[in-house]
Amino acid sequence: MSPLQTVRIASRALVRNKLRSFLTTLGVVIGVGAVIAMMAIGSGAKAQVEAAFAAMGTDLLVVLPGSTSAGGVHGGFGSMPTLTWDDLTAIQSDVSTVKNAAPALRSSLPVVSEDQNWTTSVTGTTPEYFDIRSWPASSGNVLTQQDVDSTNKVVVLGATVSEKLYGPNASPVGQTVRIGQNPFTVIGVVARKGQSPSGQDYDDTAFIPVTTFAQKIQGGLKKYLSGTVYVGAMPGQTTRAQQDITALLRERHHLAAADDDDFSIRNLSEIAGAQEEGTKTMTTLLASVAAVSLLVGGIGIMNIMLVSVTERTREIGVRMALGARPPDILAQFLAESLTLSLMGGVLGVAFGLGTSAWLASRFHWPVLVQPDVIAVAVAFSAFVGIAFGLYPAWKAAQLDPIEALRYE
Amino acid sequence: MTTLVELEGIEKTYGTGDAAVHALRGVTLRVEHGEFVAIMGSSGSGKSTLMNILGCLDRPTNGRYLLDGREVSKLDKSELANVRNRVLGFVFQSFNLLSRTSALENVELPMLYADVPGRERHSRAREALERVGLGSRLDHHPNQLSGGQQQRVAIARALVTRPKVILADEPTGNLDSSTSVDVMALFQELGQGGITVVLVTHEPDIAEFASRVIVVRDGLVQSDVRQTPKRARPQPPS
Repeated sequence: MSPLQTVRIASRALVRNKLRSFLTTLGVVIGVGAVIAMMAIGSGAKAQVEAAFAAMGTDLLVVLPGSTSAGGVHGGFGSMPTLTWDDLTAIQSDVSTVKNAAPALRSSLPVVSEDQNWTTSVTGTTPEYFDIRSWPASSGNVLTQQDVDSTNKVVVLGATVSEKLYGPNASPVGQTVRIGQNPFTVIGVVARKGQSPSGQDYDDTAFIPVTTFAQKIQGGLKKYLSGTVYVGAMPGQTTRAQQDITALLRERHHLAAADDDDFSIRNLSEIAGAQEEGTKTMTTLLASVAAVSLLVGGIGIMNIMLVSVTERTREIGVRMALGARPPDILAQFLAESLTLSLMGGVLGVAFGLGTSAWLASRFHWPVLVQPDVIAVAVAFSAFVGIAFGLYPAWKAAQLDPIEALRYE
Repeated sequence: MTTLVELEGIEKTYGTGDAAVHALRGVTLRVEHGEFVAIMGSSGSGKSTLMNILGCLDRPTNGRYLLDGREVSKLDKSELANVRNRVLGFVFQSFNLLSRTSALENVELPMLYADVPGRERHSRAREALERVGLGSRLDHHPNQLSGGQQQRVAIARALVTRPKVILADEPTGNLDSSTSVDVMALFQELGQGGITVVLVTHEPDIAEFASRVIVVRDGLVQSDVRQTPKRARPQPPS
């Protein structure tokens, strides 16, 4: 019998029991829908984490100065300035795996415009910083080497600060703000970066030349760099760069082999990786729970197919007497279960997409539906139909025509 | 006349050892082309088993079965299905039509398994239904037809594959006597058209319409008599 005929006979049998077919399909609909919705939630969370770390900057290392340890009390990283300006220069020029490096001296200060003020983290840095953090200006310009060399009193505002001082959508370039006792000219606003993975607002900041920071805010350039160093590693060389910088600084600080590092290096790619692992685990967990419901749907199909075979024993007998071969009967019942599960798969895709859209709009969850997930879900539902339809179909094909004809 | 069915020493045993039941104990039998044979016997005589073997629904334990010159007693399930599809036609006591399926589609059914193309399937099914006098009820479902009409649909279904033999198992068992005579008339017509009919019945007055009566008892042929069949319908004037 032609495959087309087989499918036609199968679908007619299913149409005859509309409610039953629908309820059987429902198991697969929910299963496939759940897989798609859960994967969408997982992928969405993953994309969000990735976006957050991309905002931080890729191939990014942060070098923190060491800790004080006076009388057995450890002060924590950053409590004692151990990094020097020469260390920064050395990192920049002597390490081949480092692309560039920038200092970041921070102080929390009020930034005052004509009629508003906002206390933010004022960062003294160099032009390289914006490159390392991949943070372009959205209006005006970022700091230039000229600004650093000439100790210019210029400031680049973060988007939040710009908004607090001048309102949304305002262009503050050219305006004057007061930081501490000094007037600064706003030369640019940097693009909005959003939140850090820990929820901190990246845009609540303002940048001034590091030289200006040292002179006007710290009161003179010191030997030690009282802040952190941002390092942009060569693409994909982050871990190597971390090792190289560690070796360089240990040598420059004359540390013996047994001594602890008097600095620390944060590898943000590693943190990002760990976070991604976390979301991946969550996605896998959600998807496996959803897959279990698909399995339950499959068992439902098997159950109904077994009932159907028993119910139609006589029909099977008649078909066999009229010349249906065992493979014909097998194909007929397999086609039925496959049609059921595929229909469930297609409806399930619609259900899953609907659920994802609803979650996104109702709870503002980041959802991301990937096309390959849809393909896999539909293929898996087809597989479920065949796997769970095989036994009932085989049972039908094995019936003895005489017994089947006699069945009441 | 040429031999169509040739049974030689057919035995059928169910079970083994002490529990073995010998349903057939060596049946030898020939049916020629165009014969109208009635097989009679009481229940437990082995006539149903004989019918199942003749219908290629079952295989004999021992013996040879030549159907239209082909040895069929050793064929596997799929090959037997092909033989049933191409050489045989079945008519059952309880009609065995597919419910909620039109008469036309019921008649098309065996041709589905013979891979007859759709258009031809349609026209042949229509033709067969017209031949049994149901040309006006092609779209009726079995529950919209009387018993006699249902049995005629079943006969059309048996005819449509142009079989060599039609096997009818108590075809009048569920019909009243006047409808039974109509159905027998139809079988007689088929016989005149060259189709061999083998009929199982326990009613002697039905067997009267056959040209040959075989009585089975205890798994053996007890008697085999050729007779002048009683006309189910007056011969049209020639």
